[in-house]
Amino acid sequence: MLNATEWGIVALSLRVGGVAMLVTLPVAFALAWLLARVRFPGKVIVDAAIHLPLVVPPVVTGWLLLLAFGPNGPIGGWLQDWFGITVLFRWTGAAIAAGVMALPLMVRAMRISIEAVDRRLENAARTLGAGPWRVFWTLTLPLSIPGVLAGAVLGFARSIGEFGATITFVSNVPGETQTLPLAIYSALQQPGADSMVWRLSCISVGLSLIALIASELLTRRAGRGLHVL
Amino acid sequence: MSFEIDIEKRLGDAHVALTLDAGDGATVLFGPSGIGKSSVLNMVAGLLAPDRGRIAVDGDTLFGDGVDVPPERRRAGYVFQEARLFPHMRVRANLLYGAGDETEGFEDRIGFLGIGHLLDRWPRTLSGGEAQRVAIGRALLSRPRFLLLDEPLSSLDRARREEITRAIEHVRDVVKLPILMVTHDPGEAERIGTRVVRM
Repeated sequence: MLNATEWGIVALSLRVGGVAMLVTLPVAFALAWLLARVRFPGKVIVDAAIHLPLVVPPVVTGWLLLLAFGPNGPIGGWLQDWFGITVLFRWTGAAIAAGVMALPLMVRAMRISIEAVDRRLENAARTLGAGPWRVFWTLTLPLSIPGVLAGAVLGFARSIGEFGATITFVSNVPGETQTLPLAIYSALQQPGADSMVWRLSCISVGLSLIALIASELLTRRAGRGLHVL
Repeated sequence: MSFEIDIEKRLGDAHVALTLDAGDGATVLFGPSGIGKSSVLNMVAGLLAPDRGRIAVDGDTLFGDGVDVPPERRRAGYVFQEARLFPHMRVRANLLYGAGDETEGFEDRIGFLGIGHLLDRWPRTLSGGEAQRVAIGRALLSRPRFLLLDEPLSSLDRARREEITRAIEHVRDVVKLPILMVTHDPGEAERIGTRVVRM
C-alpha cells in the first residue's frame, strides 16, 4: 500500500484537481453558453483561443502563465501589490495551470450539451410568461446539467494528469506542487524507486478510469434525454 | 375585435402576408402545409418578428407602431403541434409553470381535460393525447388572454382527436377565450372555426 508521502501526493493531486475544476467550472460554462448561443464578431477567434491549450505544447502554456503570473507579469504583479500573494511554486499555481489546461475540454462538453437543449422548449416557456433568466434557470441549465457534469469530471481528470504546464509554471516542489505525474517523473529519475512508480501510476490510471467512466455515463444520460434534476 | 393582424414576413424564398380582423370565438387559419400558417402564430406569440405590420389583441397592440411586447408579457396560451412538455418536470410542475401564484384549485379549473390522474407522471410516460391535453392545460393555467393552437390534432389518432376537439370547443364556448388556430384539415376547420380564413 501507499506510504505517508505517497498519500500526501495523492491528496495534493486531488486538491489541485478539485480546486482547478471548481474554479474553471463557471468560466467554462459561461464560455460554452456564449459559444453555443450568442453570435458576435470574432467568435471564431475566441473559439480558437479557448482551444489553444489543447494543441499548443504544454511547456509554452506554462511559460505564458509564468509571464502572466510572475512578479513582473500583469496578473502576478497585481496579486503581489494588492494582496501580497504569489502563486509561483505554490499549489494554487498548480491549480491555475491545471485549470487552464482543462478549460477547452470542459467548454467542449458543456457547449455540446447546451446546444442540445431544444430551443422549442425555451420558446414554449417564454409564451408561458418566463423571462430570459427564468428560462435559463428552469430549462437551459437543468437540461444541460448532465453535459455540464460530464465536462466537469473530464476537467477534473485532465487536471490530475497535468504535467508540462505545471512543471514549467510552478516547478516540482514536493508537498506543494508535486502532483501525481510530477512525483512519478521524479521517481523515474531515482534508482530503486520502481515500486513507487508502479503504485503511483496505478493510482493515476485508476482515478482517470473512474473519471472517464463517470463522464461517459453522464453523457449517455444526457443523450437519452433523462435528467439529473 | 379579438385579433387584428396585418403583417408581412419574408422567410427565405417564402413570403408570408396576412390581413385579418376577427371577432370572438375561434378563428381558423386554413391552408396547405408550408405556407407560413405556423409563422403567423409565432409572430402573434412574439417568437418571430414580422418585417412590417401590426398585431393587436382586444385592442392592445402587441407589435407595430414602435411596440414589440416580449413573448413573456403577451399572455398567449400557445399549444404547439408537438406538446413541448418540459421533460425534466412532472406533469404537475409542467401545468403550474406559467400559473404564477394562482396554483390553488388549479385541478378544478382544468378538470374538463381529464388529466387529474396524470399529475405525478413524467412527460415521457404519457401518450400523445395525454401529452396534448396537458399542454392545453398548461397554456390555460398561464392566465392567457387568448389561445394559439398550431395543428393540435395532427399527431393524434381518431379517438384522441375527438377528445381534444371537445376540449377546444369547451374553451371556445365555456371559458370564452379568443382562439387563433392553424390547421390543414377542412373537417377540423369547419367544426372548430367560428370563422375560417384561407391562406
